[in-house]
Amino acid sequence: MTTTLQRPAPRYRPPAPLGGRTPHARSARRSLLALLFLGPALVLLGAFVAWPMLSAFRLSFTDSSGFGRESWVGLENYVRVFADPDVLRALGNTALYAALFTPTAVVTALVLALALNHPRLPLRGAFRTALFLPFVVSLAVAAFAWSYLLDPQIGLLNFWLRGAGLQLGNVLQDPALAMPTVALVAVWKNFGFYMVIFLAGLQEIPGSLREAAVVDGASPWQRFRHITLPMLSNTFAFVLIVALIAALQAFDQIYVMTGGGPFGSTQTIVMEIYESGFRELELGFASALSYVLLGITLLLSLLQFVFFGRREKDLQ
Amino acid sequence: MTTISLPRPRRVHAASVMLAVAMVLATAAALLPIAIIVFTAFKPVAEVNAYPPTLVPGAWTLENFARIFEELPFARLIGNSVIFAGGVTLFALVFDSLAAYALARIDFRGSKVLLIAIIASLMIPFQATLIPVYQLVADLGLINTFAGLIAPRAADAFGIFFLRQFFLSLPRDLDNAARIDGASEFRIFRSVVLPNAVPALLTLGIFTFVNNWNDLLWPLVFTTEAEMGTITSGLTLLTGPGGIIPQGVMMAGSLIAVLPLAVMFLMIQRRFIESVASTGMK
Repeated sequence: MTTTLQRPAPRYRPPAPLGGRTPHARSARRSLLALLFLGPALVLLGAFVAWPMLSAFRLSFTDSSGFGRESWVGLENYVRVFADPDVLRALGNTALYAALFTPTAVVTALVLALALNHPRLPLRGAFRTALFLPFVVSLAVAAFAWSYLLDPQIGLLNFWLRGAGLQLGNVLQDPALAMPTVALVAVWKNFGFYMVIFLAGLQEIPGSLREAAVVDGASPWQRFRHITLPMLSNTFAFVLIVALIAALQAFDQIYVMTGGGPFGSTQTIVMEIYESGFRELELGFASALSYVLLGITLLLSLLQFVFFGRREKDLQ
Repeated sequence: MTTISLPRPRRVHAASVMLAVAMVLATAAALLPIAIIVFTAFKPVAEVNAYPPTLVPGAWTLENFARIFEELPFARLIGNSVIFAGGVTLFALVFDSLAAYALARIDFRGSKVLLIAIIASLMIPFQATLIPVYQLVADLGLINTFAGLIAPRAADAFGIFFLRQFFLSLPRDLDNAARIDGASEFRIFRSVVLPNAVPALLTLGIFTFVNNWNDLLWPLVFTTEAEMGTITSGLTLLTGPGGIIPQGVMMAGSLIAVLPLAVMFLMIQRRFIESVASTGMK
């Protein structure tokens, strides 16, 4: 989380209203007041977050199809998540996607942020604007553009690569290359976002540190390794975990570009949830899978929490 | 350069030229897919399918834009996107700021527990609750309605948390002065706290609008009629099996989908980037 929890300022207690109310009555009045402010949000969050969480948990132990009878099947759905080869492949594919997307996106973002932060770079603002622009494009639209660029017959990229003597072929039909391709589209869309977060982190590093290192004769690599990187470690961990969590939710460009194919090679967890839940109407199974996704996400969030907790203690 | 050319400054100069060249190349690569969208949208069909492919059109045409309005109820989809993304943004700003005010300014029993619950729910990806939320919306008869698209997102734990943090940072002198003058709590919220929170509201608003405008899975799930889709979900109807639509038409639709956000970004860049950087946790 970028914003750390702040200790609230001492609460202001409104002056006691006339009529000599008891402190108890005042506290009740404040609770009522708070409820009025919180009411709409609490009703909505209750209906559309809290209740669905419980409901999905219950569903995950049934064979519900949305209508008709449903019966309790115990852990069957969860067993299926870890036994069904198709589902295992979707889990594996998601891990592969995360392994391709996360480091590529984070490193690209860091390198470009460092370049943008370089004192000798001209036209910094223009570069930053241009590099951030892909982030406003939706993943679905990015997928259309990339599919066209990569088209084996009329795609410009293939044509250019052929000019350079390289043969790319039909990457989206190639089980080995389809996943790297959909990951690349997400890298293209998201690196600008991680880049501006890195840029904010870089700008917090005091210039005096760099100057001192220059005076001491440190090489650019030494300055990066011993000043920039340690000072950036918080931002780095934050971006890494945000990118990992985003990777777990991969869906849009895969839905558009490959539909999970070829031969299931780009089928991810969220694709599987969408298909089993909304096409095959296996709500129980899809709910179990949702809980697995939730579990992995919570684990990563917890990691972030522990990491930042430790960092904050270190800094104190 | 000056006539005195010492070796050291020259090397640094060369390095900065290399850096600039590398950045130009990186930027060109990053902008290529966007250039493809823009240029292809104006290319005649024959040229789009011709070999060798071109980047810049030899002849410019608007026929792709006319065609996208024939293939899809495109004007309707644009309107749907505006109502959906705008509606979610508007409601979320109202409900989130009300809730955030209570959590930041009113001392009531259970506020801590509530705050922790809200922070905990930040970690729940919406994909994980999609099925029961769909069932609920379906039971309420709200599939294919704006209410069904908007209501589940009309309050957002992240927005509440984000605004609460901002409200805490506002000095309390003003609200205390108003309180002594006998202003009601709602009046303080509306006339004292909200006007001072405009930057935070804008930040959250941009973030929410962009996310919803670009979302695919949500409109895909909550609308089944082509008439009720958004631009993003509508365009996907044209691809995939059976969707033999000339690329120029797809790119014309894509360009229209991207344009509002791109223009918004270019107009308020600083605010836009700030918004993304400070709300980056989601």
